[in-house]
Amino acid sequence: MTGSVQFKPASDQSLLVYFAAKITLKAHQRVRKLLHLLEAEPIAGVRNLHPAYCSLLLDFDALQLGHAELVGILRDYLRRAETLDWKEPRELEIPTCYGGEFGPDLDVLARLHRMTPAEVVKLHSSVRYVVYFLGFVPGFAYLGGLPEELATPRLPNPRRSTPAGSVGIAGRQTGVYPFATPGGWRVIGRTPLTMFDLSREGMSLLAVGDHVRFLPISVDRFRAIESA
Amino acid sequence: MSSIHVLKAGLLTTVQDLGRPGFAAIGVSASGAADPISLRLGNRLVGNAEGAAALEMTLLGGTFVFSQGAVVALTGADFGASVDDGGEVSIGVSFELRPGQTLRLGSTRTGARCYLCVHGGIVVPPFLGSASTHVLSGTGGFQGRPLRAGDALSTGPATQAFRKRRIAPAMSEFVASRKVLRATPGPQAGWFSKASRRSFYLATYRVQEQSDRLGLRLEGPAVSQNRPRAMITEGVSLGAVQVPPGGSPVILFVEQQTSGGYPKMANVISADLAPLGQLRPRDEIRFELVSWRLARSLLIEQERLMASAEAILE
Repeated sequence: MTGSVQFKPASDQSLLVYFAAKITLKAHQRVRKLLHLLEAEPIAGVRNLHPAYCSLLLDFDALQLGHAELVGILRDYLRRAETLDWKEPRELEIPTCYGGEFGPDLDVLARLHRMTPAEVVKLHSSVRYVVYFLGFVPGFAYLGGLPEELATPRLPNPRRSTPAGSVGIAGRQTGVYPFATPGGWRVIGRTPLTMFDLSREGMSLLAVGDHVRFLPISVDRFRAIESA
Repeated sequence: MSSIHVLKAGLLTTVQDLGRPGFAAIGVSASGAADPISLRLGNRLVGNAEGAAALEMTLLGGTFVFSQGAVVALTGADFGASVDDGGEVSIGVSFELRPGQTLRLGSTRTGARCYLCVHGGIVVPPFLGSASTHVLSGTGGFQGRPLRAGDALSTGPATQAFRKRRIAPAMSEFVASRKVLRATPGPQAGWFSKASRRSFYLATYRVQEQSDRLGLRLEGPAVSQNRPRAMITEGVSLGAVQVPPGGSPVILFVEQQTSGGYPKMANVISADLAPLGQLRPRDEIRFELVSWRLARSLLIEQERLMASAEAILE
C-alpha cells in the first residue's frame, strides 16, 4: 500500500515529492515517514530536505544525481517508508503567559472575534496542535489545528521586531517566534522556553510531527521558568 | 592569529562561507555567499580551501586595518580598492599587506558584491558547521550581525608564504555579470496562462531597491495566473521565481525561507545563481527558458572548469 505519489522537478538541483493536493494528517504522516527514512539513511548527493504540509522537497547535487535517478531511488524509499515501525508523536507542553506586555494583540484579537480575552486563552490552550513543518527562521514551527473561531488575518503593518518566545496567530496558523524577528503575526502571549538552542540535541524544541499544547501560566511562573 | 580592525564597515558587510546545507527540516536555510564562485576563486588566490570564510561587502565597501599584515585578494565586483600608500589594487589577484596597512574600498563600479578573502580565513565560532551570517535570525558569522566600525576580526594561522596568483581569463565568463538569466520551468508554471508565460520570458524586469539576500524583487509586466487557486505552502529551492498575487516576481535567494506559499513560474538554473549575487538595484534582466539537460550540462561544465588547475594562474 504505497498510495499515489507525484514527483516534480522544482529546479535543476531539486525535486518535489507530493503526497496529496490538500492538507491532511494522513498525507503529513507520509511526509514524516519519508523524512525519517531519508534522515536515517541519507542518499549520497542529497543535500537538504524541506518537509511541508503534504510534500517534501529534496535539494541534490546535480554532479552526482539526476531527477530520474533520484525518482528511482525514492520509489524504493517510499515502499520501505510505508512499512516503518511508527513511534507515537511526542506530546509537548508550551507554558505561555497570555496577554499583558507579553501578548499585546490579545485584547484586539478578542474584540475582533467578539470574545473576552479569557475565552481566547481558553480556546487557544484547549486544543492539541500538530507541528507540520519548521521554516521562516530556525526552529519556527508551523502548527496546524488552530480553532476556526481564532483564525485572524495578519497585522496590517508588521512589527519591526517581535520578541523571542512570542506566541502568535496568523490566518489559521499559530506558532512561537524562536528569535526576535520582524513579523506580522498577532501576538497573544509569550513562552519563557528557548525554542532554538544550540546546546540541545536536535537544537529546535519542536520537531516535525510533534503534538503541542499551550499551558496558560502567570507572570510569576513565567519569571520563575525564565530564571531557572 | 592575526586580526582585522574595521574602521568603516560599508553598507552591509558580513562573514560568509559556502553555507550550511542540511538543516532545512528545522527551518534553517543554507545561506552562504551570494556569489559563491567569486568567494571560491578568491580563496584559491590566497591559498585557502575554497570554502573558507571571507567578508562579503555589498554596494559600498569598508575600510580595514591589518595589524599584522596579511595576504589578501578581492573578487567579485570592483569597489575601487586602494591601500594607504595610495596604490590602487586590482580585482582577481592576490597581494600582500604590510603590518598596519589599511585597505580602503569605495562604492561599486560593476556588480553588487565584493569578497575580501584573507589567507588563513576569517575565524568565527561556527553555527551548524558554517561561518555564514544569517542576518534575519541573527545567527552565524560575527556575533550574528553585519560588521560595524570598531569590530575586530580574527584570521586563521598562515600556512604558506605569499604567492602572486590571478584568476585565469578563461574564468571571466563565470565572474562577469549576466543580464539574461537562464531558467527551467517552476513546479506551478502550468498555473499561468500561455500568454502569461510568453510575456514572462519576453519581458525585461528591473531589480527593485528592496532586494536583499532573502530575495530579489522584480518590477515589470505583472504575471497573472490563469485562475487564482489556493496554494499549499511547500519547500522552495534556491533561485525559485515566486509570483505573489500582485504579479511582481521575486527570485528567492541565499537567505530564503525554507518553504513558501506562492506559485513558482520558473527557477534560475544553478549555473546562473552566482551572477544573481552581482545584480544591483535598477539592473535590468530577462529570463530565458532552457531545457533540463542544458541546465545540468552548464553546471557540470562550470564545475569542471572550477575544479581544474587552469582556473588560477601563478
